[in-house]
Amino acid sequence: MISQPFEYSRPGTLAEALELLSGGSTKPLAGGMSLIPMMKLRLAAPEHLIDLSRIPGLDAISEGGGSIRIGALATHYGIESSALIRAKCPLLAETAGRIGDVQVRNSGTIGGSVAHADPSSDYAAALLALDATVHIAGRRGNRSLPYAEFLVDTFTTLLEPGELVEAIEIPAENPSTGSSYQKMVQPASGFAIVGVAARVARIAGKITFARIGITGLGSKAFRAVNVEALLLAGNAAAAAAAAGDGIEANSDLHASSHYRSQMVKVYCARAISTALSRAA
Amino acid sequence: MGTTLTETKTLVGQSVRRKEDPRLITGTATYVDDIQQPGMNYAAVVRSPHAAARIKGVDTKAARELPGVVAVFTGSDVAELGPVPCGASLPGLRVPYHHLLAQDRVYFVGHPVAVVVAHDRYIARDAAERVEVDYETVAAVTDSEKALAPGAPAVHPQWPDNLAFTFEQNGGDFAQAARDADVVVRQRITSQRLIPMALEPRGVVAEWRSGDKALTIYSSSQIPHLMRTLVAQILGIAENRLRVVAPEVGGGFGSKLNVYAEEALMGFVAMKTGKPVKWIESRRENFLATTHGRGHVDYLEIAAKKDGTILGLSLKLIQDLGAYHQLLTPAVPTLSVLMMPGLYRFRNIHATILGVFTNCVPTDAYRGAGRPEATHAIERIVDCLAAELKMDPAEIRFKNFVHNDEFPYLTATGLSYDSGNYAAPLEKALDLVSYSELRNQQAEARAAGRLMGIGIATYGEICAIGPSPATPAGGWESATVKIEPSGKVTVMSGVKVHGQGEETTFSQIVADELGVDMDDIVVLHGDTTLVQYGIGTFGSRATAIGGTALYFAVQDLKAKIKKFGAMMLNSDDVSFVGGRCVCNRSGKSVSLAEVAGASHRALALPPGTDPGLVATKFWEPPNFTFPFGAHIVVTEVDRETGGIKINRYVAVDDCGRIINPMIVAGQIHGGVAQGLGQALFEQAVYDESGQLVTGELTDYAVPKATMMPWIETGHTVTPSPVNPLGVKGVGEAGTIGCSPAVVNSVVDALSPLGVRHIDMPLTPEKIWTLIQGGAA
Repeated sequence: MISQPFEYSRPGTLAEALELLSGGSTKPLAGGMSLIPMMKLRLAAPEHLIDLSRIPGLDAISEGGGSIRIGALATHYGIESSALIRAKCPLLAETAGRIGDVQVRNSGTIGGSVAHADPSSDYAAALLALDATVHIAGRRGNRSLPYAEFLVDTFTTLLEPGELVEAIEIPAENPSTGSSYQKMVQPASGFAIVGVAARVARIAGKITFARIGITGLGSKAFRAVNVEALLLAGNAAAAAAAAGDGIEANSDLHASSHYRSQMVKVYCARAISTALSRAA
Repeated sequence: MGTTLTETKTLVGQSVRRKEDPRLITGTATYVDDIQQPGMNYAAVVRSPHAAARIKGVDTKAARELPGVVAVFTGSDVAELGPVPCGASLPGLRVPYHHLLAQDRVYFVGHPVAVVVAHDRYIARDAAERVEVDYETVAAVTDSEKALAPGAPAVHPQWPDNLAFTFEQNGGDFAQAARDADVVVRQRITSQRLIPMALEPRGVVAEWRSGDKALTIYSSSQIPHLMRTLVAQILGIAENRLRVVAPEVGGGFGSKLNVYAEEALMGFVAMKTGKPVKWIESRRENFLATTHGRGHVDYLEIAAKKDGTILGLSLKLIQDLGAYHQLLTPAVPTLSVLMMPGLYRFRNIHATILGVFTNCVPTDAYRGAGRPEATHAIERIVDCLAAELKMDPAEIRFKNFVHNDEFPYLTATGLSYDSGNYAAPLEKALDLVSYSELRNQQAEARAAGRLMGIGIATYGEICAIGPSPATPAGGWESATVKIEPSGKVTVMSGVKVHGQGEETTFSQIVADELGVDMDDIVVLHGDTTLVQYGIGTFGSRATAIGGTALYFAVQDLKAKIKKFGAMMLNSDDVSFVGGRCVCNRSGKSVSLAEVAGASHRALALPPGTDPGLVATKFWEPPNFTFPFGAHIVVTEVDRETGGIKINRYVAVDDCGRIINPMIVAGQIHGGVAQGLGQALFEQAVYDESGQLVTGELTDYAVPKATMMPWIETGHTVTPSPVNPLGVKGVGEAGTIGCSPAVVNSVVDALSPLGVRHIDMPLTPEKIWTLIQGGAA
């Protein structure tokens, strides 16, 4: 389990990091929870690692203009335990607390996870349900994209070579909205076999707002707009049963496609009902 | 019986803190990878990516040209050495010649093909990728039952039926029992292939001193002395010029009860290059090239009367051996057959083992080694029988247990169970869970549509392995006890302690016997130059046999201490109590330290007595020991997902007399964790082409702390008459009792749906499919 040789740099500023990233076969290193194992297995062999961990402020979590901004280097544990996120974005805190294991949560970062785009990523479901925005830094300028657009497919995003995820921005949660992340855990890796993030609000018993993000089922996480529509139409009973419709479900050692496509309905129902129980 | 054991103030019986732990938890223990030698090189092993292939050529040029590479060795370099030993012998056993490196063919993914030696481990790893092996792949077979089918690919071309051996054992007359029976229940039951997964992978450092013609091998091993004998044979060097040191060993579980090609290979490399060399197994290699465990397919028939009286058992056991025999590969399933009667009185057994070659890494001992498989099979089929007869699973067990007045009890497989009170742990476990109340709760849960299960498993275990005639290499154990001139005590034990806590429990025994402080005792082990020959730690034998050797060595020393005391006190009536020799008439006394000093100074010696205080004892046990117990597991199955929640786990074990309750509890907890791993999560899966699909920790699920239920432990104590300590052994009990209790519980939960059996691991999808009415 020894990687191929590589160069290692630890820039002190974002500008320096972007400069270093512009050269040849480089790869940014955040928490390293996916990249390092892949390098050890020689499935990835970058020639130059740019370690972002010492760039001041890149892990900051702050509030402003009605939204929460989470620096790319914020760890899962940092997000799970942040008083601000627990108060203003409880779905993300809950999701972060369900990622992997303690060691992964202590080292892994949201920026690394978002850029890696694992199809079973827990965050992906939550970020879709949260209407998150990805702020991207690059040498030729910064840009921002809705997460739903940013995420293209398995391990594929709109991030260009030389660009970095700088922060994730999420609108502060409306206090009357209830949310929940429910996950079937793959017992070896801790990833989601299926994971469903739900946000709902209701007025006088009628659901007035719904966001459902689903991960683990297909080649990428997606917003289940069909489920949302059924919820808004007052057809809560049928809503969860429609989860995953039209999606080609993944199949692996841990869950067949048939089982996954059934489990997503179960976990969707559980996420919706828990979210509703938390809604004002 | 040791007299001090009956005294009130003894250390034996107390939860003394482990002497081993400070170095382990402060990170100051020395494992193989901590050993550095001047000028040391590093080795990487090139392994086959194919399960079955002919080697048409190996080109090492590019590897040798990489700066920093010292040497590359391939099969032809070691063709004259070997073989990697198979220590088991069975009538007609087919033993393929197991070369240190593949010659013209590879037989499993991970098969060593070449070894690269370089100045550092990184260069070695890079150079290993540059070794070009020209393979011509051939068809592989990885499923033991498919390997037996006509026309299956032959693992070893010279044996097209893939059958390494057939072994039969009969007791009584099963055919007659089946004719006499009211009911015969049949079930196919598997114990899947597992990966032992010691936290510390294997590792070897080898150092050759050409001037002395002396080789030292440091290896993470459970059996340093046996390794010395066997590696000396492989390399063709004199045994007394090979020193094997097993330093701290970070888990073995049977996977380091072996002699692997790499140990001899590193010796060979050190001798060839004249420099020390280190090889540390990667986790990936540990998956591919360290022995696996289990790999049973059992076809069982149980014959019984309507009242639940078991008359007999028939077993066809198909053992997946893998591609080679490692040290004990073919012997492990024979232990299963010996233990098939479990705790029950039936007299008729018919067992056949088919040992089958597959294109997989060899199987061998893994915590329990044959007994978990046997216990799983018998405890599952007894539950199947109870279900068929509509009997309570506790009742059918009570009805068939060997009676207390029948010990020593000769089983249908020829074992002599030493002592037992088989109903006691089951009664205690039933009390702990309030069994009848629990069944009422279950009835209510079922009425409410919930799937609640109560699983019972009892087990018998064969421990303290074993009397020498029953083992391939001697089943005794050794101990030397030295009292230094200052009165401090040094113990040298032939067992290799690697996590079981004998540095502590052995000190407890010695402290009680000699009346010295625990801190004044040092227990040494694992170095063949330091310690007299010993067998090692496996088969829950270290305390029952090694502890007994130690106990007897101490008795010899005590007799000598009293002789010196008598001389020093000028008395012929002396006792040795509480660390002092006391004249029973005058009350005058001398301390052990004073005696030790006098015995070494030797100004005067008692008549016929030599200077010094050293005693060595090699002890041959007259029999195995047979612990037993009962585990009860309460589960609830999630109807929507098939997920299993363990709500209660009760383990009542009888391992004979208990030296340290905390260490015994730790052994039970660890054993249960590995049993739960097998029951719920773990499975080594090879695909049809022979690739190990579960070859990473991201796919092979070992139980983690957060997945463990709360374990309630209890004990009954039935001392063993086999040794004076009365101990039986506990290292494997938790694993053995666990998996059938868990599966019985989940089958019980699903029994309203007509489910009678489920094979492990009990994955949610498998359970969910059954709930949907399908076949799992």
